[in-house]
Amino acid sequence: MIMPHGGKLIDRVLKGQARSEALEKARLLPRVTLDSDTVSEVENIATGVFSPLEGFLGEKDVRHVLAHKRLTSDIAWTIPIVLDIDKDAASRLKIGEDVALFNPAGEPSAVLRLEEKFSVDKEDMARRVFGTADPAHPGVSKVLGMKDVFLAGPIDLIQETPTPYVRWKLSPRETRVLFQEKGWRTVVGFQTRNTPHLGHEYVQKAALTYVDGLFINPVIGRKKKGDYKDEVILSSYEELIRHYYVTERTTMAILMMEMRYAGPREAIHHAVIRKNFGCTHIIIGRDHAGVGSYYAPFAAHEIFEEFPDLGIQPLFFRSFYYCRKCLAVVNEKICPHSALDQIQFSGTKIRDLLLRGEYPPAELVRPEVAKVIMDYPNPFNE
Amino acid sequence: MEKEFTAVSIPTSLYKKIEEAIKGTETTSVANYITNVLRDALSKQESGTEVFSQADEEKVKERLKALGYID
Repeated sequence: MIMPHGGKLIDRVLKGQARSEALEKARLLPRVTLDSDTVSEVENIATGVFSPLEGFLGEKDVRHVLAHKRLTSDIAWTIPIVLDIDKDAASRLKIGEDVALFNPAGEPSAVLRLEEKFSVDKEDMARRVFGTADPAHPGVSKVLGMKDVFLAGPIDLIQETPTPYVRWKLSPRETRVLFQEKGWRTVVGFQTRNTPHLGHEYVQKAALTYVDGLFINPVIGRKKKGDYKDEVILSSYEELIRHYYVTERTTMAILMMEMRYAGPREAIHHAVIRKNFGCTHIIIGRDHAGVGSYYAPFAAHEIFEEFPDLGIQPLFFRSFYYCRKCLAVVNEKICPHSALDQIQFSGTKIRDLLLRGEYPPAELVRPEVAKVIMDYPNPFNE
Repeated sequence: MEKEFTAVSIPTSLYKKIEEAIKGTETTSVANYITNVLRDALSKQESGTEVFSQADEEKVKERLKALGYID
């Protein structure tokens, strides 16, 4: 089994008496209410998804991540994980004290041992993480809208926020035991925020040919307008796996996390997360974690050269299309036919057909999957 | 404030060998090359298995069974 990133799977989930005491104490502590994205960050830190992080990053680590894509320990880390609050609220908190972190529903989520309060230039942060400071970029917009002070320190999780997708929610501890039980020594992770088409199926099965198991890991959380709803993604994958996959070789669990659309840096972040889940390999496609045309199509492949010590092996897929002559999904290395024989996978075109209630061609989307999507009155985020 | 970089001595002959080897490649400097090689070598030394207690593992298996992941 691959070691967690940094060598140790973090477990900062309070249990038993420690949990009961923290729950009681939380209501008396200074309080910070988090949005749902930050609650997910807290849970990901505590359950080891973000190993080796044990809390929100301090100033030295944030600056090192921005400048060098590594923590001060030299461990690869590309996305600063920070907790922002406004100046007035920050001024009321003291270094060294415990701060209760509450979820939007008003329930205690975790306790933060406050070690630092600091600020960084948000525009510089956006530029380094996203390669742009264009406020039209959804990730940039979020960073520029962050409050002015960051709180740093280790966190201890009191309770996870309930999710309607509990059936699909596994921690890294649980996926590692699962892969072990299945006898999988090698596992390829597949990151997705979309319903599956045959192109996705092609890369997953191509990768699975060389490893013991496939771990489909949809991102559940804040996404942009026009993205598929979470329940649509999960139902469509369930249907696909049922009909078209060797179920002994395929499993699925969700990742509760916001999509940042940070392209190359986020590709490394995604790889680290799947390494923590126990994956030995990860599929990285064209424009991984991209949005619009902010990133060069294969920038998310090239960045892996900066991390020879990452530990998880990327499997790069450049392109694929359906060939009417080959009668299969292929790529330019294995298909000798002309562009006239190609049907391209266009997410936009598939989406438009589905919105009109039309089945996309069976060469692009399995009819069973299309039916599941079209059974939802509105399958897209508004 | 802690320095971000520190000097390490290597034989001049080795330095020149590396300089020659990286000509025409995307590696921009000898320092960069050495840093990458060392990070790679160190990562290969990380080994071992994450060990869960028997009780923890049984608890996890119960949850996996309840969710339908294993029989």
